Amino acid sequence: MLRLEQRPQPSKTMLYITPILAVLATMVLGGALFLAMGINPFDAIYLLFIDPFTDSYNLSQLFVKASPLILIAMGLSIGFRAGVWNIGAEGQFIMGAISGGAVGLALWGSTGWWILPLMAVAAALGGALWAMIPAVLKIRFNANEILVSLMLVYVAENLLAQMVQGVLRNPEGMGFPESRNLARNEPTALPDVFDPLGIDAGGVVMLVLLAAAFFLLQKHAMGFQIKLTGESPRAARFAGVKPGVIIAVCLGISGAAAGLAGLFELTGAAGKLTIDFPVGYGFTAIIVAFLGRLNPVGILLAGVVLAGTYIGGENAQFALKLPAAAVTVFQGMMLFFLLGFEILINYRVRRVVR
Amino acid sequence: MSTLLEINGLSKSYPGVKANDDISFAIQEGEIHALLGENGAGKSTLVKMIYGLVKPDEGQMVLNGAPFAPAKPHAARASGVSMVFQHFSLFEALTVAENITLGMDDAPNRKELSEKIRAVSEDYGLPLDPDRLIGDMSVGERQRVEIIRCLLQNPRLLIMDEPTSVLTPQEVDTLFGTLRKLSANGVAILYISHKLDEILALCDHATILRMGKVVDTCTPKDETAKSLAEMMIGGELEIHAETAFMPGAEALEVKGLTLISADAFGTSLKNVGFTLRKGEVLGIGGVAGNGQDEILAVLSGEAKVGAEMVRLNGEGVGQMGPNERREKGLLSAPEERLGHAAAPMMSLSQNAFLTGRIRKGLAPGGVMKTRKTNRFARDIIEKFDVRTPGIHVAAKALSGGNLQKFVIGREVLQGPEVLVVNQPTWGVDAAAAASIRQALRQLAASGAAVIVISQDLDELMEMSDTFAVLSEGQLSKPQPAEGLTIEEIGLMMGGDLEGTHHAEA
Repeated sequence: MLRLEQRPQPSKTMLYITPILAVLATMVLGGALFLAMGINPFDAIYLLFIDPFTDSYNLSQLFVKASPLILIAMGLSIGFRAGVWNIGAEGQFIMGAISGGAVGLALWGSTGWWILPLMAVAAALGGALWAMIPAVLKIRFNANEILVSLMLVYVAENLLAQMVQGVLRNPEGMGFPESRNLARNEPTALPDVFDPLGIDAGGVVMLVLLAAAFFLLQKHAMGFQIKLTGESPRAARFAGVKPGVIIAVCLGISGAAAGLAGLFELTGAAGKLTIDFPVGYGFTAIIVAFLGRLNPVGILLAGVVLAGTYIGGENAQFALKLPAAAVTVFQGMMLFFLLGFEILINYRVRRVVR
Repeated sequence: MSTLLEINGLSKSYPGVKANDDISFAIQEGEIHALLGENGAGKSTLVKMIYGLVKPDEGQMVLNGAPFAPAKPHAARASGVSMVFQHFSLFEALTVAENITLGMDDAPNRKELSEKIRAVSEDYGLPLDPDRLIGDMSVGERQRVEIIRCLLQNPRLLIMDEPTSVLTPQEVDTLFGTLRKLSANGVAILYISHKLDEILALCDHATILRMGKVVDTCTPKDETAKSLAEMMIGGELEIHAETAFMPGAEALEVKGLTLISADAFGTSLKNVGFTLRKGEVLGIGGVAGNGQDEILAVLSGEAKVGAEMVRLNGEGVGQMGPNERREKGLLSAPEERLGHAAAPMMSLSQNAFLTGRIRKGLAPGGVMKTRKTNRFARDIIEKFDVRTPGIHVAAKALSGGNLQKFVIGREVLQGPEVLVVNQPTWGVDAAAAASIRQALRQLAASGAAVIVISQDLDELMEMSDTFAVLSEGQLSKPQPAEGLTIEEIGLMMGGDLEGTHHAEA
C-alpha cells in the first residue's frame, strides 16, 4: 500500500519550479493525447505553446487576453491567501460588464473624458456588490462562499440574457439580442496604449493594480492580516484580526477586480454585450492564480502563459481542426498537474508494508 | 477474585518524551481500579496500549492467563476489553439504535437490537430510548449510548476515560450506580481520573502515575484526599516566596465573570473574580481543561464578556478586542505556541509584528515599518537569548523552548501593565524555563502585574505572590502563596475551593 507522509521541510526551490514542471507535463501528456487523435504532437505543441509568443500578430493579441486573466487572478489570489474561496469571478465579471456597460449606454451620445472612468467605477462597484452576496451570507450565516459564489455565476448569466433581450438591447440592432457596440463609440471605447503587445488602457490599469496588490501583501498591515488569516486563523484572532472584515475585504477586492476586467473586455475586445459575452475568464483566472503561486509577479507570468494557450488554441482549431474543447482540456490538465506536484512538495510517497 | 489483566513492564516512547516507563500492575475481576495522575502523567498512552490503539515498545500483558497484545481495538473488543472515550463518536443525525449498529461487528436485526438495548439499559439503570436521535440528547445521555454500546458486547474489562468531566453531579451519581452494578456482576472497570473525591467514593484500588511511571498503589478506602493528592503531585514540592511582596495599586479587576465556552468540550467559567495589584504575580494552578484557555481568551480579548467584568486600571475593557487591550497595556501569551501565539510558517520578524504592531508603532497608518519591525525582532532574540540563525527563520523551525522565549520576550519587551501567560514553560527545557520565570519576575518587580497560569505547582510556588486554583471553571479565592501547604493545594485542585477551611476542620 502507498501512503502520503508529510515532509519535515518542503523545498523552497521546488515551490518555484513546479509551475514550470506542470507546464512541461501538460505538453507531454497533451502531446500523447494528440498522437492518439492522429495529430502530429510536435505541430500541436508548437502552435499552442510557442507560436503565440513568436508570431507578431499573435503577440499583438497576447495582452488583450492576458490582461483580464491577470486582473481577475490578482483579486482572487488575495482572497485565496486568506482562505476565502471566491469561485464566482465569472459572475462578477459579467455583473461588472453589465453595470459599466449600462452606464455607457445610458450616456450614449454624450462626450467627455470622464465617461469611461465613470463606467469603470460602476463596473468595479457592480462586481464588488455581486461578491458581497456570498460575503454577507458567510459572515451572517456561515454559508459556504464556494457554493454561493459559484451559483451566482448562473444567476448572472441569466441576468445578462435578460438584459441583452431587454433594456440594454440595441434599438437599432434589428432585434438581435445584443447591445450597441461600445468599442466603436469614441467616448466609451478603450484606448490602445502599446499595440505590439496588445496593451490597452485596461492593461495599464491592470499593471497598476498588480503593483498595488504587491504593496498590499508585502507592506500593508491589511495584507499581513490577510496572509495571517489564511495561515493560522487562531493566531489571526489573537492578533486582533476580525474574520468578518477579512471576508468582506477579500471578496470585495476580487469582485471589483473581476468587474473591472468585465468592463475592459466589453469596451475593448468584445465591444458589445451578447449572450455569449462570458468566455470563462473568471474560471481560467483560478488556474492563473494558482499557477502564479498567488504571488503578483507569478500571476503576471502565469496570465501570459494561459493567454498563450487561448491564442494557440484558436490557431490550432484552424490549422489542425482541433476541437475547441481541447484548450479547456489543456488548461485543466495544467491545474491538475500543478496541484498534484504541490502535494508532492509537501508530502512524500511511502510504501507501507502491512 | 482472580486476576483479569496483568501488565508487565509496559513502556512507550515518543520523540523527546518517555510517555510510559516500565509500568506494571494488575486488575482483578470485578474491581473498580483507578488510574490516577495529573495531565501528561501517561494515563492516556497506557489505556491506548490496553485498547490496541498504540503498540507498546516493551513489555507484555496477560489477560485471563493468556498473552494479550491487541493489534487493533477490534481485537481488544473481541477479547472482552471495551472503552468509553472522553470524546464520543456518535452521528447526531442517526438514532441510538442506528449508531450502536454501526459500531457492532455482527449486528442483529433492528427489532432484536432495540429490545436488547432496552433490556441492558434497564438492567443497569441507564434508561435509553433506542429510537431517539442523538442530536436531541444531552451529553450525559450520549455517554449512556457509548456505555450501552460497550455493554452489549459483554466486556470483562471496561475502560472509562475521565467519564465525569462532561457530566452534571446528578448524572455522576447515576453513572456511579451503574458502575457499581457492573462491578457486582464481575465486570472490571479501569477508571481514569484526577478527581480525588470520585476515586475515594468509587474505587477499590488505585494505581498512581507520575511522569510516565507508577509511583504508588493504594486502597482509596484507607486514604484521604490529602494523601492521594500528595501521591499524585509528588511530596517533594518546595514552597518559597522569596522576596517580600509589596503590592501596589489595583491594576486588574475581574468580577462576576461568567462565560459559556464556545467549544463543545471547553469549560464554562462560573463567577470568576479576583483583583490583581501592580507588582503582583498571581499564580493560577489546576489541571488543564478546567477553564485555563477560557480565562486567557477572556483576558486577551479573543472572547468578549460584559464590559465591567474585566476592569483595567478602573476602566471596563470586557468588550474590547485584543488590539484595543494591547493599546491599554493588557497583553497575553497563550499556551499553544504554534498556531495561536505565533504563526508557524511566518518569519520571526512577522511574528514580532503579530502582537507588537500597536504598542511598538510598527504600522502607523497601516503601512508596515519593516526596518523597525526587524529591529524589534532582533531585540527580542538578543535580550531573551533566542537561539536562531536570524529573524527571517520561520517560527516552526525553532525548538519549543526557543520559540517560547521569543513569545514571552515579545510581550515583555512591549512594557505591559498587565501580562497574562498560560503555561509559560510547558514543554520547555529546564534552562529556558528558568530564564522565562526570571524574566516574568523581573517584569513584576518593575511594577507590572503578572498572571501565570500553569499546571506546574513547583513553578507557581516559586514565582507567585498570591495563588489560586481553577477547578471546573471556578476560581478559588487567591491567597498569599507563602505558607500554603501541599495538602491545602491538593485539596483545592481536587475541586475543594475552600481548601484551607476544610483542612482545618
